Amino acid sequence: MRWFPRGNTREVVRLAALVAGLLLAAAAVDAVLAQANPFGGPRPPAAPPPMGGIVGWLLAKQAEFYREMSGLIRAAKTDGSAVVGLLGVSFAYGIFHAAGPGHGKAVISSYLIANQETWRRGIVLSFASAMLQALVAVAIVGVAAALLGATRQSLCNTDRIIEIASYGLIAAVGARLLWTKGRGFLGTLRGLRGEPAPAPLGAAVVERHDHHDHHDHHHHGHPHHHRHDEACDHDHGPDPASLAGPGGWRRGLAAVFAVGVRPCSGAILVLVFALAQGLFWAGAAATFVMGVGTAITVAVIATLAVGARGIAARIAGSRSGYGTLAMRGIEVGAAALILAFGLLLLAGYLISERLVGLC
Amino acid sequence: MNNSLRTILCSMVWLLAALGGVQAHPHVWVTMKSELVYAADGTVAGVRHAWAFDDMFSAFATQGIETKQKGVFTREDLAPLAQVNVESLKDFDYFTNARANGKKAEFNPPADYWLEYKDEVLILHFTLPFKTPVKAQSLDLEVYDPTYFVDFTMAEKDPVALVNAPKQCKLTVARPEDLASKPGAPINEQFFNSLDASSTFGAQFANRISVKCP
Repeated sequence: MRWFPRGNTREVVRLAALVAGLLLAAAAVDAVLAQANPFGGPRPPAAPPPMGGIVGWLLAKQAEFYREMSGLIRAAKTDGSAVVGLLGVSFAYGIFHAAGPGHGKAVISSYLIANQETWRRGIVLSFASAMLQALVAVAIVGVAAALLGATRQSLCNTDRIIEIASYGLIAAVGARLLWTKGRGFLGTLRGLRGEPAPAPLGAAVVERHDHHDHHDHHHHGHPHHHRHDEACDHDHGPDPASLAGPGGWRRGLAAVFAVGVRPCSGAILVLVFALAQGLFWAGAAATFVMGVGTAITVAVIATLAVGARGIAARIAGSRSGYGTLAMRGIEVGAAALILAFGLLLLAGYLISERLVGLC
Repeated sequence: MNNSLRTILCSMVWLLAALGGVQAHPHVWVTMKSELVYAADGTVAGVRHAWAFDDMFSAFATQGIETKQKGVFTREDLAPLAQVNVESLKDFDYFTNARANGKKAEFNPPADYWLEYKDEVLILHFTLPFKTPVKAQSLDLEVYDPTYFVDFTMAEKDPVALVNAPKQCKLTVARPEDLASKPGAPINEQFFNSLDASSTFGAQFANRISVKCP
């Protein structure tokens, strides 16, 4: 029995390729960077990437903002109004900086795709993780450096431990998603082959149910494995109840924590510099404003990912059977990517942004 | 898939791919001054670098180091850090490539090195001795980080000096921006011919020093 109409196979492949492309692009942004420390430890040899016009401009801007920050912190010692300038520059730095590696763009985007989340939740997750990142940076420098007088080396060790925890969490989030989504995919596949679907099949829920809180809850009463009415015109407006309802906020917490627990190196540097200048509070303020800038960039990328998934879902939704399979496949792919990401980061094959060059 | 959709999707992929190129960017800035030291017999003995780090890196590197006087770091206070710096730099060939008479010249690890703390920045001083001191009619040096993690910029005033060089030796110095504005300059071509494919990225930020002793 052929379960893929031939003409449509190509489209499925195209859809999958599209979403895979988006995820890979985000992944490239996030973690391929393998820079490490010239002044304090070995780093793996990295094939340097070519640099294009836009990218060059982004880099130049980011560097420019970064270089301005130390001067503004210094100026703020004598002139309080310099703090306004510092916050402005920090905000801009955050926006540009997050276009670079780290900040969980790939993880958050993949998570949103795998979990059929709305763009609004994407924005919430982006902001939550960026704010957590800022908070962790302020806490580390505030406690370790300011109170305990930690050296560069102990700051680095702290960062290393947090890093491992973060990567482990990313892998765990990916593994859990892969388990759920993999089962959904297999279920859909069996359904298409005319085999009986395994009973409660939460993950194969149709789009209409995206915004309710039951992707991972297979056990509750109402039937939601209507795999065959995906042609329904689903509405992508977020349902407020799903955001605030039981488990709504908590659902993304693991992802937020996995991504946000690792502080950004730029923030650590600004904080340590501000501390050395006796203006720790200015550094802390700059860090949070930087986080807002970072969150905006991550949120834009996450929204693009959700949008791409939405378009793919709409196209898939107009076909029967194989369209659902394609969507389930995309989700499995996204989940697998998160897992792979976490594992590769743990194993050191990928080096995401950390206190590179400084530890 | 209809065409407009495909256009939208393609441009999104393109945008992300463009952002994906954002990989290497400097985290540390170095303002460098260098000296080429010649022996009495006219052979070039080594390169003496003085690299001043940016203020943020300096603050980070000195964080928590114990000092007798607050905010004043002596050479002794900074000795362990200097050792870490110099030992780590070995893996990066000290970011210094040298060619004597067109052939790659190797360096021995630096014997004398120290860190100085001045005007709130760290300055790393170290001398790279050539493995085999040679009488070089042409000596070419380039200083850069191939991955552009570290941005090297020559000091504005007198970035390079010759020490005890034979009188007829002539020094030419080219900053990356000089090369960018004069792409046809002979030194540029010569250096680019000597680079591997893998080193071209950071090479666009290379600082080049050339000495001719006819």
